[in-house]
Amino acid sequence: MTVKSVLKDEQALAMIVTAEFDATLEAVWQLWADPRKLERWWGPPTHPATVVEHTLVAGGRVTYFMTGPEGDRFHGWWRVGAVDAPRAFDFEDGFADEAGAPNPDLPTTHAQVTLDLDANGRTVMVITTTFASLEAMQELVKMGMEEGITLAVGQADALLVT
Amino acid sequence: MLHALADSTRRDIVTHVLQGEHSVSSLARRYPMSFAAVQKHVAILERADLVRKRRQGREQLVSGNIAAVRDATALLSQFEEIWRARIDRMGEILAEPDHPEPNQGDPT
Repeated sequence: MTVKSVLKDEQALAMIVTAEFDATLEAVWQLWADPRKLERWWGPPTHPATVVEHTLVAGGRVTYFMTGPEGDRFHGWWRVGAVDAPRAFDFEDGFADEAGAPNPDLPTTHAQVTLDLDANGRTVMVITTTFASLEAMQELVKMGMEEGITLAVGQADALLVT
Repeated sequence: MLHALADSTRRDIVTHVLQGEHSVSSLARRYPMSFAAVQKHVAILERADLVRKRRQGREQLVSGNIAAVRDATALLSQFEEIWRARIDRMGEILAEPDHPEPNQGDPT
């Protein structure tokens, strides 16, 4: 199992995912730093991502779109915060219009990524995602469902809940 | 942010007020910290709509918003699924042999 733990903090509206990979720090960093690699894992198989702009430096921008089964496109952007390659960076992730311009009316999420080597030479990746408010989370899940993204990946869960 | 996550007091306050309404002053007595500090924790929880506050005379009464706490749990589970799937895909990419696959990606 690559995912070691998932800590959900309802009070802080945050989630900390810890994963462990049998790979070098640099190889894991490249999953984020190389746009061709990033687009292979960011979107679910039903909605592959295409990264358009990719500047992984402090204050830099990443723009992407995901293509749905009907050929419909969903645009998104990152605003990169601090970068300490190849160990850490953080970014704000939001929705964009068709031209890739950030949509200020839709909520964003903040993610902090840190990479570290453990004693056995494996790379430990910690991703801390924080949400602005409960409403923001609801809006994001609603958008994801409308786009068929959340449903596609959360289907098993949804079936268990209902 | 990590400080906020590490905060067991807020977690404890929510657990406590989900079981029944408590005044801020009675909550303050439960923790080795000032009334103002506890009030600040309550304010953060109130902003997240996880607790509700009402005034009764000089007392401020705090109760847990069960629906919101459940919502938060359910919503976070959706994001957990998204990230688990992403990390699985990351693992698959890392497990590939070093040379790039000729069939991957758009021919441009």
